[in-house]
Order: sequence, then structure tokens, then C-alpha cells
Amino acid sequence: MMKNLIKSNTVIMLIFAAVVLTAPMWTAPIGANYPDLLQKFAIFGIFAVGYNILFGLTGYLSFGHAAFLGIGSYTAVWSFKLLTMNVVPAIILAVIVSGIFALIIGYLSLRRSGIYFSILTLAFAQMAYSLAYSVLTPITNGETGLQLEQQDPRVIDSMFGVVVTDGLPSTNLFGTLMSGYSGFYVAAAFLIFAFYISLKIFRSPFGMKLLAIKSNQTRMKYTGFNTKPYLLTAFIISGMYAGLAGGLLASIDPLAGAERMQWTASGEVVLMTIMGGVGTLIGPLLGAGIIKYLENIFSALNKSELTEIFSFMPEWLQTIVVNISNVFVGEGWHLTLGALFMLIVIFLPGGVMEGVTKIKDFILGIFGKGEDNRTAEIEGEAK
Amino acid sequence: MSNILEIKGVNKTFGGLHALQDVNLQIEEGETHAIIGPNGAGKSTLLNCCIGRLIPDNGSVTFNGKNMIGMEAHDINHAGMVRVFQTPEIFPELTLLENVMIPALAKRDGTFKFNPFKSLLKETAIHEEAMATLADFNLDRFHDHHAGSMSRGDKRRLELAMGLIQHPTLLLLDEPTAGMARHDTNATIDLLKSGKMGAMTKVIIEHDMHVVFSLADRISVLARGHIIATGTPEDIKNDPKVKEAYLGETEDE
Repeated sequence: MMKNLIKSNTVIMLIFAAVVLTAPMWTAPIGANYPDLLQKFAIFGIFAVGYNILFGLTGYLSFGHAAFLGIGSYTAVWSFKLLTMNVVPAIILAVIVSGIFALIIGYLSLRRSGIYFSILTLAFAQMAYSLAYSVLTPITNGETGLQLEQQDPRVIDSMFGVVVTDGLPSTNLFGTLMSGYSGFYVAAAFLIFAFYISLKIFRSPFGMKLLAIKSNQTRMKYTGFNTKPYLLTAFIISGMYAGLAGGLLASIDPLAGAERMQWTASGEVVLMTIMGGVGTLIGPLLGAGIIKYLENIFSALNKSELTEIFSFMPEWLQTIVVNISNVFVGEGWHLTLGALFMLIVIFLPGGVMEGVTKIKDFILGIFGKGEDNRTAEIEGEAK
Repeated sequence: MSNILEIKGVNKTFGGLHALQDVNLQIEEGETHAIIGPNGAGKSTLLNCCIGRLIPDNGSVTFNGKNMIGMEAHDINHAGMVRVFQTPEIFPELTLLENVMIPALAKRDGTFKFNPFKSLLKETAIHEEAMATLADFNLDRFHDHHAGSMSRGDKRRLELAMGLIQHPTLLLLDEPTAGMARHDTNATIDLLKSGKMGAMTKVIIEHDMHVVFSLADRISVLARGHIIATGTPEDIKNDPKVKEAYLGETEDE
């Protein structure tokens, strides 16, 4: 009974929405309750949840998903420049345009599988990055990045008589500005929606077929499935998620630069997904949260702050601890990330979610040797 | 009876090796046809030419009046010819129930269907059919186990279930009992003889003579890429050519 309740979509979505929308409160103890970081949690959460639909379900490791993030951002900024400062058309266009690019890149990359697929996606993303930096400067504004200007046409806005006289206009959702907490809540609403779609896909026959492709693609072909369109659809969906995330990034800060498409950005979403737990519903979100948290908190720390944190220690110990930990903060936060990633991959290959499952099993093991143990015994016999 | 599968003048070479030489074979509707022959005789190559894994150099493979050569594997499946592999080809990470639901979905959804908003919980018809099929193979109590954790014999029975649920016009079985213990072999023979499986047209490749003579209505003997004899089990037993090429050798082992 309890199990069925937990499995129900409505219950999951209610809990999920409650947790996401109360994030400003429960992130306070870890010092993450400022809008900038919360927005990043939500946006990169969307990126990772979408990436997981491709990587988690089909097992196809794309190293070029940042390209769609960048394309989404550029599209959104162009929508602000040409149409309106309202974020709705910008986000819709970002999703559509990145979906079209995902169709093209996916169609070509999916001609190969395994490492060759990864290399192809990486090549396409780097191509997009280089193009944005060089020949496409008229569209991307090259190194400076695409920015708003006061004299932009904004056709729809001017139709409604919105005239900007001083400074740059701000992005808004039907009048509500996208800065600060309102920006977070808009991103959070999209995250809840994106998570719901992902949940539906995971629990649909379509999602099960994607998992079966990951498990044994040859068998799928002999079972009567044309696996190519399945893979391409998953690729396009995850590309559209990336476009949505890119569009939201631009909605909160209307600036799009080519560095958003660099391979390090593509690698970051892979790290998020693996750290959190590939193929789990919540895992990629946790991964995105952990990485963005480390990036923001650890990179902001410096020596004097560390000295303060460790001030309870005797002075000689404090000096040693501060000097060692100083390497891992500020510019060196990547070192923390790298170390954490290694620890997780070595000890919890299934990511943070595997840790959660292990803890859950441990607690269940203490409180009642129930059903779970019996199934394990039968499984043991079968082996 | 009409021929359901007609293989005519099929040749296949791998480099210098002439794996199949002018092979002619007719499978009649409703029969269980065994293909036997020593190792390397070309039995698996012949099956692979039927299901689109290999393309013969020349000759024709006609199934239900349709030419199968050059067709994609998934289209051949939908034409009604389903293959069960020698090494169990299952979905190890999925549960037994899901393993059987997938081919049932293939039958219903065709080669591609995008239905991401349909809940698996609402697929009651497919679910029931899959459970019933698992029950036919005595696997229903393991329905929520991962297929990869099952024994080899169970995996093979699971694959038979995956074949059966598609109600194929023709089932191709590649050594369905290889590597099984004697009691598992006998259980599999019973499965293949009785019920829905029994009524199905089947082609069986097999080494085990006990299995062949318990199941086959007709037998074809393949040796060095040639079909040297086709006939009833009695004919084959008494054929001097077969004795020389095959049965004699096995008795020495």
C-alpha cells in the first residue's frame, strides 16, 4: 500500500514541487539561499534531467550537449532583441530552435554508437563553439557575447507602445521582472514541468523501450524495433531540455557568450549526471545541485575566511589546515570537484543515489527483515 | 501443405570459405523442421541469411511469398519470422516481465511509436499477456527479478517466451537446449512440443540427437555447406550418406 503510494505520479510531483518551491528556506543552513545560486540549481537541474533522458535511458554518452544550451541562449537573446522582452516567446523559441539543431546533429551523430558517437557529438559542439567565436560573429557577436541594446527593434513590445528611454530594458514575465527570487520561481516552475515530463517518459512504454535499447540494442532490432528513430527522439528531447535551460539562463541574465558551448560545459553535465546517479529520476538533479553549490561556495572562499572558519583550532594546527584547504577553494574549487567525483565513482559507481539506496536498505535491514531479504535470497538461489 | 519459407540456391562465402553452397530448403506450414550437421556445416550461417543478419551472395529467401533478402532485421520480425538465439539474447538489466512486455509491445506498436505520456501501469492488456506467457514457461514467480540474475536455463526459457508472445508465423530456434542439464533439456522439449509452441511452425538447429528425434517432423542434414538429405526422422536414420557424414562421427564421440 505504502509502496504504491510512493510510486504514484501525483504524490511524487506534489512532494517534488513542495521541495523545489521551499528551496529558499531549506537551503539557508548551507548558505545557498541566495537567488543567484538557486536559479542555477533550477536551470542546471533542467539541463541534467534532460541529459539523463538520453544518457540515462539509452546509454548514449553525448559530449556535446552544451551546444544546445548555447543555441538556446542565443535564440532567447535574439528574441529579446527582435520581438519582446517577455520571456515566454524567448523560451519557446529557444526550445524549438535547439530541438531543430538536435535533430540535425543527432541524425548525423547517431549513425555511430559508443565512443564514436561521443566523439561526433564533441566535434559538433566544438564546431558550434568555434563558429560562434569566428564566422558567425554577425549572429553571436563573437568574443563579446550577444547583448541587448537600447535601439533593438523589439517589434512586439513597440506594437504595444513599450518604449525604453533610458538604460537597457529588463526581461520580464508579463511585467514581473526576472531578477532575484521571481527569476528563481519562474525557473523552478519550469523545473517542475521538466521533471514531470521526464517522470512520464521514464514510466512510459517509450521509456522502457529506450532502456531496452541500452540493455541490448541488437536484441531490440530482432524484436522488431527500428532503434534509430527511438534514439533520435531521445536525443532531440534532451537537446530541447538543454535549449530550455539555455533560454532560462538568458532570461535571467540576457547575455549569451560562446563559452557556454565549450566542451567543459558539455563535460559538466556529464559529471552532474554521473555524480547524482545515471538513469535515476532525481540523481541528475542532485548532481547539478552539488556541482553548482561547490562552484559557488568553494570558489568564493579565500584564505582569510578559512582562517576564520578554523579559528577554534590551536594556532599551529590552524596554519596547517588553512594552508592545505586553501588549495581546494577559490580558483582551486575544481580540485574539490575532481576529488569528490573520484570518490563517488570509486565507492558509489551508481552516484549519490546509490548511496541513498544503500542507506535506505541499511535502515530497513535494522527495522525489519522483511520482504527485501526474501527476494534477495531467491535471487541468490537463482544465481 | 504450403511452403512457408523457401530457400532457393543460396550461396554464401566468407573469404575462401564456401559456407553455404547452393542450399535449397522448403519449410512447410505447421511442421517442426530440424537442421542438423557437424560443427561448421553452415547451420547458423543459414539462419542468419534468413533473418537479415547476413546477406547471401546469391539465391533467394522467400517467406510467406515475400522476398526477405535485403530487408532490415526489424521488418523481418514484423513479417512474422522470429529468431531465438544460441547464446540467450535478453535484456539483462530489465525484469523478466519487462523482457516479455517489450516483444509484446513490438507486436502492437510496430517498428516505432512515440508514446511518452502513456503510463506503463495502464498497459494492462500487455501486462496480463506477458504474465500469462511467463506462467506458460513457469517463470511468473520471478517476474520482478532482473533477467541478468537468472540461470542460463531460465534465460533460455525466457527467450522462448519472448519469441512466443509475438505469435510468429515461423520461429527459428538456434540450439534451444545447448548447455542445458538433462532435466532442463527434457522440460524444454516438452515446452516445444505442447501447447501454443507445439502448434507453431519451427525450424530448429540442434546438435543433440535426442532433442532432434523427439521434436522433428522432418530433418535436413547440412554438411560442408550442402544439404545432403531431407526427410522424415526414419529416412534420415537410414540414409547411408547421413550416417557417413554425421551420425557416424557423433557416435564415436
